[in-house]
Amino acid sequence: MDVFYTLQDFMTYTKGVTYLLMAAILLGMAGFWCFLTDRDEDE
Amino acid sequence: MSQEAAVAGKAPFTPDRSLFTRFNVIAGIIVIIGLVITILRFSGGLATVTNLDDNYPWGIWIGFDLMAGVALAAGGFVTSAAVYVFGMKRYHSAVRPAILTGFLGYALVVVALHYDVGRPWRLPYPFIMQQGTTSLLFEVAACVALYLTVLFVEFSSAPLEWLGLKKARNIVVRLTILLTIFGVVLSTLHQSSLGALFLIAPSKLHPLWYSGYLPVFFFISSIIAGLSMVIFESTLSHRYFAHKMDETHLREKEGVALGFGKAASLVLAGYFAIKVIGISVDNNWHLLGTCYGAWFLVELLGFVALPCFLYAVGVRDKNLTLIKWTSGLTVFGVALNRLNVCLIAFNWHLPSDEKYFPHWMEIGISVFVVTLGIIVFRFIVTRMPILYEHPDYKDGH
Repeated sequence: MDVFYTLQDFMTYTKGVTYLLMAAILLGMAGFWCFLTDRDEDE
Repeated sequence: MSQEAAVAGKAPFTPDRSLFTRFNVIAGIIVIIGLVITILRFSGGLATVTNLDDNYPWGIWIGFDLMAGVALAAGGFVTSAAVYVFGMKRYHSAVRPAILTGFLGYALVVVALHYDVGRPWRLPYPFIMQQGTTSLLFEVAACVALYLTVLFVEFSSAPLEWLGLKKARNIVVRLTILLTIFGVVLSTLHQSSLGALFLIAPSKLHPLWYSGYLPVFFFISSIIAGLSMVIFESTLSHRYFAHKMDETHLREKEGVALGFGKAASLVLAGYFAIKVIGISVDNNWHLLGTCYGAWFLVELLGFVALPCFLYAVGVRDKNLTLIKWTSGLTVFGVALNRLNVCLIAFNWHLPSDEKYFPHWMEIGISVFVVTLGIIVFRFIVTRMPILYEHPDYKDGH
């Protein structure tokens, strides 16, 4: 586990990971939406 | 079933049916035990019937009856917002049952709260004697009181139709959109504030459950609980009260299950995402390898990710059975989340001999309160136009 000496270091690391996760989640949600609505009948 | 046959009479019970059905006997025993425990609680105090102490001032009466009860009663604002704010008229048949479930849910939350706070005559004191305007709990109390009033007014159109009071009924129906908007605002406030109550105790709540986003988590999970409870209640109503339903209800039930299941799947996916973000923001990944971490993963994967996937598969395949079972799983999962935050992950530092486990009488009161709700629900649904449209007002709402 990384050791953080300052709040700045902690925030830089955690925010970095969070932004990467957010990008993955956005792509994942798009894929999930396609999976969910794939068999919807055209209204 | 014809429209006329679906209209219930005003008699309290049909004379040729025995009172001693299996449900009535079991419910009767639970009610009698509940009344005895009630007398013990109010005559002997909390210590007589509970295992509450200074470390755990809130037990299952708050953790389950209040926290889970409020979340599970969220179907009212979710359904009425979907129909009256977002214009999804295809779910109209689900509104009255959802409003009834919500009204009974919130009413029983207040009943359960009386057991915990004691001195029921002091319930209005926060409004008339001393307002705690710096307290989140005051805001919760105010919002719940107002929302219970909103739900009562929204629900009142059904008994007014049953009693034939057309003028009063028409006034209430004209207030629908206003009440719906007010209900959504109030629900957003108090659902999130229940989560915010724990922000003041970061050292007591386990870091995996504690987050600055607790209010958001509670609000989003209340929407999930509301959507799932509508499907769950609809399933049970179709099982036991199908003879009371008109053709509209029977025709729309599949659409309600599919539509609400789809919405629940999406919101669960979003909730899963924000829970993961919550771990990331606080850098708590290492805690997932602990015992509490394993329990957190059971909640997150088994009762959030799994229902999300099952709902999605059910909606894709139009598998109503899967959707119905998943709604039960989700309802259980939201209740589990509330119990985790309020009891299990609370005071996680304490040794096991100082941990809280509810007294059997506390469990008895919780079962009593839920049974009361089921009895009243059954009374209302078998007599009033909840599962059918009253023939005098067919296109009136």
